[in-house]
Amino acid sequence: MSMVDVDKLQFGLETFGDIVSAEDGELLTAGQSIRQIVKEGQLADKLGVDVFGVGEHHRPDYSVSSPEIVLGSIASVTEHIKLATAVTVLSSDDPVRVYERFATLEGLSEGRAQVMLGRGSFTESFPLFGYDLTDYDDLFNEKLEMYSQLIKEKPITWHGKFTQSLKDQDVYPKTDYNGIETYIGIGGSPESIIRTARYGYKVILAIIGGQADRFVPYLNLYKKAAEKYNMPVQPVAVHSHGFIADDEDEAVEVAWKNIKANFDRIGLTRGWAPMSREQFDGETKVGSFYVGNPEHVAQRMARTINLMNLGRFDLVYGAGNQTAAQRERMIELYGTKVIPRVKEILSEED
Amino acid sequence: MTEIKNVGILGAGKVGIVLAQLALKAGYHVRISGSGSVEKIAMTIETLVPGATPATNQGVVAKSDLIILAIPLSRYKNIKSKLLKGKLVIDAMNYWWETDGIREEVLDPSSTSSEQVQKYFNKSTVVKTFNHMGYHNLQEEAKPAGAENRKALFVTGDDKAAVDQVAKFVDTMGFDTVVHYDIADGIMTEPGSELFGASLTKADLQNVINHFDETDFGKKIQAEEK
Repeated sequence: MSMVDVDKLQFGLETFGDIVSAEDGELLTAGQSIRQIVKEGQLADKLGVDVFGVGEHHRPDYSVSSPEIVLGSIASVTEHIKLATAVTVLSSDDPVRVYERFATLEGLSEGRAQVMLGRGSFTESFPLFGYDLTDYDDLFNEKLEMYSQLIKEKPITWHGKFTQSLKDQDVYPKTDYNGIETYIGIGGSPESIIRTARYGYKVILAIIGGQADRFVPYLNLYKKAAEKYNMPVQPVAVHSHGFIADDEDEAVEVAWKNIKANFDRIGLTRGWAPMSREQFDGETKVGSFYVGNPEHVAQRMARTINLMNLGRFDLVYGAGNQTAAQRERMIELYGTKVIPRVKEILSEED
Repeated sequence: MTEIKNVGILGAGKVGIVLAQLALKAGYHVRISGSGSVEKIAMTIETLVPGATPATNQGVVAKSDLIILAIPLSRYKNIKSKLLKGKLVIDAMNYWWETDGIREEVLDPSSTSSEQVQKYFNKSTVVKTFNHMGYHNLQEEAKPAGAENRKALFVTGDDKAAVDQVAKFVDTMGFDTVVHYDIADGIMTEPGSELFGASLTKADLQNVINHFDETDFGKKIQAEEK
């Protein structure tokens, strides 16, 4: 029996802004890749996808370091889709600037801005903006507290250690809507779950390896923590990598080549071993890569949504250096085939 | 040597919690501590590892036959050396710049991390293992002895009896083992090595270990030693 409320279920697409490849394998420029994302955001909106998320990275393999600017551009050519960062690395950002940028996006998009705050799974932003990685936890804790006061949109008085001190200071622009919707991106730290519950923000779990099943106990932890702090239990979201093509074998091969290239490149700087085919196959069969033809991806997404009683599922697309055609086809298949099929599967189970 | 019945885990992060789950499943009594108060991790432990006991570092150590260090490497000196006096200790840590900061500030560049951990805990017997497989692989790949495609962990330390005992313990936790008797060989599984983040069967793990000097990482280490 599915507990999932299919009518309220949300589906998102997220991109980290990977550099796009031309048909001949040459890489496009960062500028061309950014304009491709705007086109894809527009396509996702047209197809009725609920959320479009853009990541923040400060590396040569990604084109987007300032996601709100890209989202602002998408805002002007879309109508319904929510515009999210995935994620905003709050620890190395200025909470006042974060507020200002999202309040601006909120205005541009008529209330469709959504912030996902994270500690960041990449670390380039720390030295880049003058922060020390060993303050990782303290930076996030302090800035999250400051952010939580800023989004009340009232003057604040603040004594900062890593942040500026403010006295009865107001921030602008004010939003016309119900304030900025806030998620916290969580990679699996129990402390992060408890912290999110304490603030009453929404949880988005980044499940980028292994079976989703292992996160089920974390949902109980979230519920218990929310109860303890007298906060509402919000629907939980998950984000995972995926690739969809018309043909199953084609999907698997394109994903293998690109996701492997992407993960191995990151692994090089972090010291982990290259991805093996066995590992990849495990991830696509029972793990956290949603790869295949629309039916296969829909079945696997429906399983995860049902298992975790999710309110939202975001598929991360475009990993590695895919062509514009591969990326756009994937978005089309996601919008026209996968989403309706997931809803159908979950309704059948009711 | 004391029979292992009580397992103590210092560190209630991702790795510590997975190891606690495996140890509990293997039938051990498990005590676990975090960096803050017992109260701070109580709800986490009760929910994610029901059956394990949250405790202080002292509480964990006093009642355990085996201690697992599953904290960021940069914080091992926060634990007093004499607290672990006389204990069998598993070092599941690695240098990881994202949490530990600049290597030279954490480690002496002239030796490996586990050598330095052993040197610091000089009244304890340190064995390095559980450090080279990703935490969710540890959770998902644990299988009973003899199971098909069972994965293996590298176990190494200077004390032969201790290494053999830890190897038996690792087997009960769900993994085959490849054993060496030199703590400095821990380098073979550190970040940057072919084994870091890999999940291999015993035969494959043995093969990489046997040919370590021929791997890119092995060559780099040799060049640095010269």
